[in-house]
Amino acid sequence: MVPLHWYLWLGGAVFCIGMFGFLVKRNVIIMFLCIELMLNGVNISLVALSHYMQDLRGQVLTLFVIAVAAAEAAIGLAIVIALFRNKQTVHLDEIKEMKG
Amino acid sequence: MVEIFFGYFAIAIVVCSLLVVLSNNPVHSVLWMLVLFFHIAGVFVMLNAEFLAATQIIVYAGAILVLFLFVIMLLNLREEISMEQLIDGWPAGLSIALAILIMLLFSLGTISVKPEGPWSIEAVKKATHTKALGKVLYTEYLLPFEVASLVLLVAIIGAVVLAKKKLKS
Repeated sequence: MVPLHWYLWLGGAVFCIGMFGFLVKRNVIIMFLCIELMLNGVNISLVALSHYMQDLRGQVLTLFVIAVAAAEAAIGLAIVIALFRNKQTVHLDEIKEMKG
Repeated sequence: MVEIFFGYFAIAIVVCSLLVVLSNNPVHSVLWMLVLFFHIAGVFVMLNAEFLAATQIIVYAGAILVLFLFVIMLLNLREEISMEQLIDGWPAGLSIALAILIMLLFSLGTISVKPEGPWSIEAVKKATHTKALGKVLYTEYLLPFEVASLVLLVAIIGAVVLAKKKLKS
């Protein structure tokens, strides 16, 4: 029997790797992938807690997270396409009109 | 035995997510993400969540990653690959992520929960997992379910509006 905190550690590790990628990468598409990574880390924790508490609510929440991730990917990639059409780049360093 | 499986899945998940973050080519990142999603589905199966494992593969690997691949191949990113991928201040990001990771490792190590819900493994097995999940989803969480469908509708309309070319009037 695998103890619960191993799963939580795994979810936390995936979340932190995703956060690291979101903080240090310049490519917008990779940053969106990193957000998906963070959501997946949370999903692992939710399903593990749901299994160990014998309650299906965590898994229902995971379904909602997957639905929101799908919506977020669609909107985000549409923004990336619009950005690329206007600026010919997906590098964040070259998108600084709103710097003030 | 279960520990060996968990170890394999954990190592594969961590290595794949590091490769997603660190590879230079966005297409390679997306493909490592695909491997990662399959392993996360394996973890879900280990946790007796077969329906979620199937959803993970169908929605994440089948829909979201294909969308990512489409966009990467639609945009011509040939010169992006040779450019510097990380920002100059990457050690700061690394230290923030490491600090949060260490905090999580220490705080989650002592956590303990009691099985208090009605859905033990036997109960789920008796009702089958999809039916049990559907019972909770369509009774207790009916309103959030409808709101999720509204979110998806907004996403569809928003994506079309954002991605279409401006009409010349």
